Amino acid sequence: MDTTLLLEWTIKAVILIFILLTGFAYLTLMERKVLARIQVRLGPNRAGPYGLLQPVADGIKLLFKESIIPAKADKVIFVLAPLITVIPALVINAVLPWGRTVTVFGRQVSLYVANINVALLYVMAIASIAVYGVTLAGWSSNNKYALLGGLRSAAQMISYELALGLSLLGPVLLAGSLSLVDIVEAQRRMWYIVYQPLAAVIFFITSVAELNRAPFDLPEAEQELTAGYHTEYSGMKFALFYMAEYVKMITVSALFAVLFLGGYLGPFESQYPWLGPIYLVLKILVGLYVLIWLRATLPRFRYDQLMRLGWKVLFPLALLNVVVTAVIVVLMG
Amino acid sequence: MLWQYVPIAILLVLSTALAVLIVLLDALLGPRKPTFRKLSPYESGMVPIGPGMRRQPVRFYLIAMLFLLFDVEVIFLLPWAVTFRKLGLFGLVEMLVFIAILLVGYIYAWKKGALEWE
Amino acid sequence: MAFMTLFIITGAVAVAAALGLLFARNAVYAALFLVLNMFALAVLYLMLGAPFIAMVQITVYAGAIMVLFLFVIMLLGAEQLKEDGGPIAWQRPLALVLGVALLLEVTYFVFAALGTGVRLLPPPEGFGDPHAVGLTLFQQYLLPFEVTSVLLLVAMVGAIVLVKNGRARAASSSEAGEQ
Repeated sequence: MDTTLLLEWTIKAVILIFILLTGFAYLTLMERKVLARIQVRLGPNRAGPYGLLQPVADGIKLLFKESIIPAKADKVIFVLAPLITVIPALVINAVLPWGRTVTVFGRQVSLYVANINVALLYVMAIASIAVYGVTLAGWSSNNKYALLGGLRSAAQMISYELALGLSLLGPVLLAGSLSLVDIVEAQRRMWYIVYQPLAAVIFFITSVAELNRAPFDLPEAEQELTAGYHTEYSGMKFALFYMAEYVKMITVSALFAVLFLGGYLGPFESQYPWLGPIYLVLKILVGLYVLIWLRATLPRFRYDQLMRLGWKVLFPLALLNVVVTAVIVVLMG
Repeated sequence: MLWQYVPIAILLVLSTALAVLIVLLDALLGPRKPTFRKLSPYESGMVPIGPGMRRQPVRFYLIAMLFLLFDVEVIFLLPWAVTFRKLGLFGLVEMLVFIAILLVGYIYAWKKGALEWE
Repeated sequence: MAFMTLFIITGAVAVAAALGLLFARNAVYAALFLVLNMFALAVLYLMLGAPFIAMVQITVYAGAIMVLFLFVIMLLGAEQLKEDGGPIAWQRPLALVLGVALLLEVTYFVFAALGTGVRLLPPPEGFGDPHAVGLTLFQQYLLPFEVTSVLLLVAMVGAIVLVKNGRARAASSSEAGEQ
């Protein structure tokens, strides 16, 4: 019993990592294709049919590139920084529910790696670690642009983490639980985006800022900071930062779907639990498309504008949303 | 209780192994031809001016401090939100007092320009 | 048995990280050792059946307080420990005396507890989950909770006064210097 359970957990963890990495590889292709279409170009189409082998080619290229460690860099932390960035990006997905229970070879298997009663707090805890990767990468590079980019990025991430945390409280107040499975199940009657539109918008904006993506991609503002905290990185160490960013995009879209779009719920899901993951993937794809669309459409913020939006607009709005939600919950009984 | 966290530990071990493997492969497969110019800091092709590590502005400290204090507030709100239905009106009043006191600090920070990035 | 092994490993990591913090010559390394120490503590909390506190430990200590530390280290440009300044003269003997006192105290309490023969009961069902923490915090410990907000307020005002007044003084003194 014990060993089969351990085996099941290990298999699920391996499958999760495989899904995230494949998702990362093809998300880069999707981004380039979508951006190209928006700009009336074709995008990568040479490697394989429709450019489907492009991510493989990119990966092989980066693997055989020289990986430079600058002479005056702090070598230990320089190597450690991409690891600290990518490991939390993968581990945070442990609590994502992909569906309910399905039967595989006559065995009841739940479609998540772990269902813990503090899941949402776990997500916040692991997400707060992401600050270290960028700060340390910038600091260890011995490059003033990298250092400034890293610190800017860290200050941006912590500033938006507050409003992000507050926007999570809306669904928690309604569901009365921090477990993501409970939150999804509580949406059987109605998706939370209907009851919590403001929280949904704030969650989405703040998580784009956490991702350091356009229009919040100031840490990588190439005109002023060359490439920000990963200026000095090359080869697979650079690829790890890249990987972390795209895996986080998947995580954010999945969390948005779980908190506001009913996660794995959909028509006939209660009869056929296998439909759960399919619904979730569809909802994730919508989120990813919007993220790419934003990048193609919006210009970058100025840093003081970004800080003002985070502290003076999103934070009070998110707090107001919590109070109003609580009052309504009390009034409704 | 603790067994629920075993799958997370497994995922952590596997992710770490994968990341370390990638860094090792990177060191093994890539060519290695260091030159002085290649190893010096990249400043858009200019000769680097001054040291790479230098003292940073104090406003980063202020942002981190404010974040820490409001983060504690958010953390307190989480168990409150979970138990809210049981606490009812009493819980609402409790939390409104808590938020009101912290709001004084927020308004003070706003008035003093601490939320401004000059 | 597995529990005991896990406890020993986690404890060893915590102690090793604390020692690393003390002996690191670089302030950024010291801060990172402290982060590792926080993680070990979080695992210990988990083992005690307190998942909520464990996650808060990571979010607040590793995710907020240590980021503040890192910013301060970079603000001061104090990464490298200077040899010349050295500690204040009476600091080392005093630290030694206080350290020995603490060690004796801890040893006494451990042996006193062993002598009574009291065994810890396993925590009740649902102990330490967010719901239980919330009920205890907002019913039993209401006053300390509300007082916490005053404490946070004072800290906030203090930080702002330090930064803003310091900057104003620096600006006025530099003006005076130019004249």
